[in-house]
Amino acid sequence: MEKRVTFKGWMLPLALLAPQVLVTAIFFFWPAGQAIWQSMFIPDPFGLKAQFVGFGNFEFLFGDRYYRASFYTTATFSILVTVVSMGFALWLAVMADRLIKGSGPYRTLLIWPYAVAPAVAGVLWLFMFSPNVGLISWYLEELVGYRWNHVLNEGEAMGLVVFASAWGRVSYNFLFFLAGLQAIPKSVIEAAAIDGAHFWKRFWTIVFPLLSPTTFFLLVVNVVYAFFDTFGVIHTITAGGPQQATTILVYKVFADGFVGQDLGSSAAQSVILLIVVGILTIVQFRYIERRVHY
Amino acid sequence: MAQTEIQWWHAFTGRLGDLLAEQVDKFNASQSDYKVVASHKGNYSETLNAGIAAFRAGEQPHILMVFEVGTATMMAAKGAIKPVYEVMAEGGAPFDPDGYLGPVKGYYTTPAGEMLSLPYNSSTPVLYVNKDALKGAGIDPSVDLTTWEKVGEVLDQLKSAGHKCPLTTAWQSWVHLENFSTWHNVPFATKENGFGGLDTELAFNGPMQVKHIQTMGDWAKDGKFFYAGRRNEGGANFRGGECAFFTESSAGYAGVKANAEFEFEIRPLPYWSDASGAPQNTIIGGSSLWVLGGHEADEYKGVSQFLSFLSTSGIQAKWHQDTGYLPITLAASEQTKAEGFYDENPGTDIAIIQMTGKAPTPNSKGLRLGSFDQIRGIIDEELEAVWSGDKSAQEALDSAVERGNQLLRRFEQANR
Repeated sequence: MEKRVTFKGWMLPLALLAPQVLVTAIFFFWPAGQAIWQSMFIPDPFGLKAQFVGFGNFEFLFGDRYYRASFYTTATFSILVTVVSMGFALWLAVMADRLIKGSGPYRTLLIWPYAVAPAVAGVLWLFMFSPNVGLISWYLEELVGYRWNHVLNEGEAMGLVVFASAWGRVSYNFLFFLAGLQAIPKSVIEAAAIDGAHFWKRFWTIVFPLLSPTTFFLLVVNVVYAFFDTFGVIHTITAGGPQQATTILVYKVFADGFVGQDLGSSAAQSVILLIVVGILTIVQFRYIERRVHY
Repeated sequence: MAQTEIQWWHAFTGRLGDLLAEQVDKFNASQSDYKVVASHKGNYSETLNAGIAAFRAGEQPHILMVFEVGTATMMAAKGAIKPVYEVMAEGGAPFDPDGYLGPVKGYYTTPAGEMLSLPYNSSTPVLYVNKDALKGAGIDPSVDLTTWEKVGEVLDQLKSAGHKCPLTTAWQSWVHLENFSTWHNVPFATKENGFGGLDTELAFNGPMQVKHIQTMGDWAKDGKFFYAGRRNEGGANFRGGECAFFTESSAGYAGVKANAEFEFEIRPLPYWSDASGAPQNTIIGGSSLWVLGGHEADEYKGVSQFLSFLSTSGIQAKWHQDTGYLPITLAASEQTKAEGFYDENPGTDIAIIQMTGKAPTPNSKGLRLGSFDQIRGIIDEELEAVWSGDKSAQEALDSAVERGNQLLRRFEQANR
């Protein structure tokens, strides 16, 4: 039975809700409304004049082959970042959870990369893999004879931005996975061990299902991260290249708006992004959350 | 009376930033009515954006440094800028438009001869040669490199001698398409490269450009041309002694001189010998100073004095010699020559000779294209497709023209 508490009168609930409503209105509805309004104009950069074009900006965008390709790039990038960062984090968390002695330092060390800002992380990875001065690219050529050049090679560029983006994220995911693992009652696992289930059997049949609320939470958070917060990494490492192979949707919003001063197109892209993320969130909560056991 | 402050937003850091600060200090010490305050606002794109955002918020500086590709954007923003010729006329500071180098001034001047912004730092692409690398491959370091055919032969020799990086470049679009077009007297865009109106269309997919880019693409495939990146990443490879030839801005001189542990030389940018119009003249890259609207008359008076101060030959000659950027006035060029700088630093006058050797044609005055920063991005992408072997030069340039034209149409629409 659901338990409901009802307020007497309107004033108190309204007053209690007001701060949240206000914050959402000011920081979300108002800018989103502005973006929708601006997406119907082609303004000049200085805001001196604007031409009304209706859906012209959207027509322009969807007529652009590279913009359509950007959806595919975004999907590939987001899936890879999510899988890599969560996969690594889960593996590390399981290993750290098994340690009885000395796990403290490991945990502390594993959390460090999270403190590194995305743009700085980008520069670090860029230095290691730079085709000119990078240490790793130099060793690759000297030892393996492989000439690394992510400036021209699309696959290498994608790989590099994925790892650079996922790297800092592993720490964050690690924290949550570790906490999730420690919340699983030891008695359940011990019982399974007595029944003769080996480690991986126990992991897949008991631990992983019990971790599912954590995994689901991280899935949502990581996808949002890959969509929006990886911008700094991409900007510093590839600037969206080569041939837009790493231009994800949000990077293009930036490039067109802040480099190209094409605010109309940029606003239209924000609106499209808004719709995409909305759909994605609905899908996640409707279809994936059903399989989560709380 | 309190000093009037003049805000100047710029994009320079490091050594250039120090030299800029030195100019400001000199001006501030030279008089007591005005105080110029210089603030660094990030790279060229970021500085322009900061200026635009500030204008929208009504907090714009008096002077904004804008790189040459932003010229059309600024020119179209009639309500946001105060043309330099107007500022100078009202301010009454000494100003002689004829004293500026034609090809430098031309970039920022209306067809009627009105100077809209003051050229600040301008450079043009030249060929840097690592003489030790040539010697190492058994090639005479004084070998003729005036044409791309000759360069091609030397690249073959370097390659067969086992050289790993015969040629690299900085700013590929600027050097190998924009300057390439003016140097060969072929149009980069219609309507005099955009000087004739906003309805200009890109035209750099002509036979000359296709031939050059295809040749470069073939060189890339054969390991004779090493592509390091869109900006001046290749500079590290050249300065480290890894690459034999390097096409880069004349302003790269100071960096090469400071770091190169080998003998190097500056040569004019090569041209194709079968091009009837080559060599014509190269064009500038760099930035100019735009005066923004919405300030007090007294402040503009200070701005005019500062701009006049920046144009004096003492300041310009020092800037030219310290940085490798072109002097903006004829007097500064003469002074540098008289001081014997060109004799002591051979090759530093090549940039000026390249730019002023011939009177500019409609194809070689400069470029004035809207959304040009983005169009350069498109060109970079398409060129990368040629270097990696994904596209032929014709396909890539056709595609770049088509995509770039869409942006030009949008720019035209926004500024109608």
